[in-house]
This record gives sequence, structure tokens and C-alpha cells, in this order.
Amino acid sequence: MKERVLMKGNEAIAEAAVRGGCRFFAGYPITPQNEIPEYLSKRLPEVGGSFIQSESEVSAINMIYGASCAGARAMTSSSSPGISLKQEGLSYIACGQLPCVVINMVRGGPGLGTIYPGQADYFQAVKGGGHGDYKLFVYTPATVQEAVDITYKSFEMADKYRIPVLILGDGTIGQMMEPVVLPEMKDPATFPEKKWALTGCKGRERNIINTLDMNPERLEAITDRLFDVYEQIRENETEYENYMCDDAETVIVAYGIVSRVAKSAVNILREQGKKVGLFRPITVSPYPDKALSAIADLPNVKKFLVAELSKGQMVEDVRLIVNGRKPVEFYGRTGGFVINTEELISVVEGGKR
Amino acid sequence: MEEKVVFARPSLLTDAPFHYCPGCTHGIVHRLIAEVLGELNVSRENVIGIAPVGCAVFAYDYFDCDMTEAAHGRAPAVATGIKRVHPDKVVFSYQGDGDLACIGAAETIHAAARNENITIIFINNGIFGMTGGQMAPTTLLGQYSTTCQDGRDPVLNGYPVHVCEMLSQLKGPQYIERVSTHDAANVLKAKKAIKKAFQYQLEGKGFSMIEVLVACPTNWKMTPVKALEHIKNEVIPYFPLGVYKDRG
Repeated sequence: MKERVLMKGNEAIAEAAVRGGCRFFAGYPITPQNEIPEYLSKRLPEVGGSFIQSESEVSAINMIYGASCAGARAMTSSSSPGISLKQEGLSYIACGQLPCVVINMVRGGPGLGTIYPGQADYFQAVKGGGHGDYKLFVYTPATVQEAVDITYKSFEMADKYRIPVLILGDGTIGQMMEPVVLPEMKDPATFPEKKWALTGCKGRERNIINTLDMNPERLEAITDRLFDVYEQIRENETEYENYMCDDAETVIVAYGIVSRVAKSAVNILREQGKKVGLFRPITVSPYPDKALSAIADLPNVKKFLVAELSKGQMVEDVRLIVNGRKPVEFYGRTGGFVINTEELISVVEGGKR
Repeated sequence: MEEKVVFARPSLLTDAPFHYCPGCTHGIVHRLIAEVLGELNVSRENVIGIAPVGCAVFAYDYFDCDMTEAAHGRAPAVATGIKRVHPDKVVFSYQGDGDLACIGAAETIHAAARNENITIIFINNGIFGMTGGQMAPTTLLGQYSTTCQDGRDPVLNGYPVHVCEMLSQLKGPQYIERVSTHDAANVLKAKKAIKKAFQYQLEGKGFSMIEVLVACPTNWKMTPVKALEHIKNEVIPYFPLGVYKDRG
């Protein structure tokens, strides 16, 4: 049996990245994700990788653009205000079809907000964020172990589909300690060759990575390709957890830290004989829409309750998917509050709003 | 009679015709880069270049090596990422004054401060060329632009930015020089400087930047000949040529 170690979320993610083949990291300090760059500043040089504390979030994401162009597995991390600054770079990275991994340990906002957890960057993460037509591939871990597994897998996904992967965490996931089993160390020498990368054009035509095309046919074809890839990801890679939805009357929809609170609430309510379930999307872009839609078709399901640390963002996607078949209610907290179990139970039972 | 080739396209340049305006000296600088890398025996597979946003945005069409094109001002950060992954390749960025001295000022300063082992070719023509002649950080006092139509007024528009002078204050950079392209003698000096910059990179010394004064007849609204005279008579007195830093 593999060894279980007690690790803080941010450090566990950093180690999982190294084991997943990440050899380049650039980032800028911002709470609550600082343990990621701190850990990697020591760890990456040990495995022959590069760590740079950049002059800005903007520079960090563009260093990732460069390292990804050069063929390396590259990652940056930040928290909400910093992720806003990275949006320009993410748009270029998406258009250039450059694989990379970006961690957002979301804090409450808007503005400088707070360093306590939030989930109000959902729109930014799943609707594009930067300019132009593109989508990110977005995961939402709910435990430190899941954050480790997702980080490790994200580098594979990014390379396979040539897409930037965003891991939408929150301050709680980054800061809490939980026991984790770390995955095996991968050897970057064994990774498939990236024929498109800038590696020096020995014995081949030069490679050009750019995001400018003044020819409308070509640019439309590039944009179409980005969305074809996104549909492939929807078909092959969307993930979710269906926790007691099949006979439920009320289905709570939540992700990340709120989904853990919701699971506790479901367990307590089930003990009281109440038919409550939890639908937890693990990917939110693409959204596991088929799975949620199937639940909306169940005759026993009377309503959905979306719970988020925001004024209501994911609820819009849930309403689009449920499409009027069942009522979709919403409960959210902001300001850095995390919804607690009693509070959520009260909401499910028709109390607090 | 035996024929001897006395002039040819450097092998690092593709055969794509330059898109630059008549009298613009970007093409000369492209050629100098290709010539010096050839003379330094750096073959195409050992060079990776970064094009900017600006008139040289299509630079990737002209260099026969792996190339990318960075977001506006971000070329030094992109070059940093590439060089850290491929320390054995010669990495250069080619950037204009809007790109390097304005929106990318932070990237430029910090790449220099980190002494990244890259070479930046900085094209200073004192104007935003591609977007149609707006004021640049290097627009001279009194100079017309479409966003300072009565001439640059320091009260309203502030003063031009002297990049070589500024970077030379840092401990990081190895070699900083300002050169010009307004006549043959200066083009040869520019070539020598660019060659030295790449030589430093090949020797692993670190950051080098060559600022090249370039003519923009189109947006300066001058004939090509007048534009070259303008560099000599107006630009150089404000942006003096010379070596600003050389750590040897």
C-alpha cells in the first residue's frame, strides 16, 4: 500500500505537478496560494526544472506561454485578482493551442476582496475570461487528494488536447491539510514528442506559433478547431459525482468546498429519511450536462438547489441544462463566508434564504 | 568570365518580401540579425525568435527559424520561458518602442534585472507605426503624432523614455548599446553591436539589448531621405548613440 502523508493543499498540488512532469513554473505572490510557488522554488531545481518569481501576474502567464511554446510542461498559480491579470495571456495561450496548467485558489471578491475562500470566479473560468472565442478546460477539486489527482492528470489532458487547463480551487482547498497518497514520479523524457513546439528546427521546416491571422477563412478555421477540441473533451473527459440523486426529491448542486458541506447535509437529511441528493460537477467546463440533464428527467426529482460562494454563477449553467423541467433554486454566501452544514440544511428544508 | 557572388540573402532570412513601407529601415535590421548569426556560425536550428505586436508583428515570416509572436510588450517574458527550457538555443526578441518601452516596460526591466541570457533588438522610431502614428514613449518633444497633434508637449504628454540610460542603471544587464540606421557607416556600427550582443549570449554572459534608431517616413510624413536626415539631426541629439553598459 502506498504511503499516506499529511499535506497542505497548496503543497500537495505543487508536488503533484512535479510528479506529473511540470518543469517550469512562474508566479507572483498572492494569498491564499503562496505555498505553491514557495514549494516549487525549492523543488523544481531539484529535478532540473525552472522556477521564476515573476515581476507580475502578466509576466508569469507570458513566461508560461514561452515555456509551453518551447515544449515544457508548465504551470502558474494565483488567486482571483491575479487570475484577472492573466486573462490576456490565457486568451493567447488558448488561441495558440498551448498546453499548460493554471491554478486559481479563489478568494472572495470583487476588487481586492478578501483572502478567505470564494467561488465567484466561476464565470471568468468557464465563460472565457479573456477576449475572444475560447474555452478553458476547468476542474474543481473538492478534497486535497482530488486536487492532487486532478493536478497530475491535468498535464496529460493539457498535452493531449493542446488546451490550457484551469484548476478552480478555493482558499479552503489550498490551505487545509489532509492525508494524501501522492502519485508516481513521471520522467519527462518519456513524454510524447510535441512536433509543433519551438525546439530548434533541426531537419524540419520551422515551426511558427502565433495567434494572428488576417485571413478570415484561416482564422475562422482556427476558432472552429478550438471548439471542436472542446466538444471532444465534453464527449470524453467530463467528470461528476452523483451522490444519492437517483431516488432524490431535492438535488443539491455544488462544487469544491461547498460540495463537501452539501454531502454532510445530504448524509444528515438522509438519516432523517429525507430524500436529498448531491450532484457534484468535477469538470465545470465542459459541464457534465448529459448527466445533470438525466437527473432532471427523473420523475422523483422535484427541484434543484444550487449552493455557491457567490451571488449565483454556476446556477445559470444549471438552469440552462435543466431548461425549465424542474425548479432551480439558489443559495449563496459571499464575503469569504463558507456555507455551513446547518445553514444548508435549513435552506433545503425551506427555512433560511 | 568567372562570376563571383558578392551579395546574397543571408541563409537565416526566408525569401518572403518584406511588407515594410518604403524608406523604413526595419528590413535593414532584420538583415543584420540574419547576417551576424550566420557569421557567428549559428545555424537555423539553434535560433528561436519572438516577434512583437507592432510593425514587426510579421517578423516570423522573415526568419527561417522557429518563431513565435508574443502579446503586446510580453516578448521578454515569452523569451524568458523559451530560454529557460532551451538554454542551448540563441533566443532573441524583436520589439518596437510602443511594445518594449510602453506596455512592456516592466517585462523589459525585469528580464534585464534577472540577467536573462537573451538578446533584445529594440527598434526605436519614435512612433506607433502599425496603428497609424500615435504618440510613443519615445516620441520627441514637439514631434507631431495623431494623439499629440500640436506636437508633444511635456506638460500634457510627459517626456520621452530613454531606455538604454534607464537599463544601464541596473546591475543585471551585460551589454546595452544604442545604434542608428541613418547611413551606411552607422548601419555597419549597428551590425557590430548586434553581433556582439549575440556573441555575449553565446558565451552565456546574459542579457543584452541593442536599441536601433529606425526611420518611419510614413508616420513622420517625410520622404525617406528626409527621414534619415531627421534621425541624424533631431533624434540622435535627444537619444545619443553609444555603449551604455558593457560588462565585458
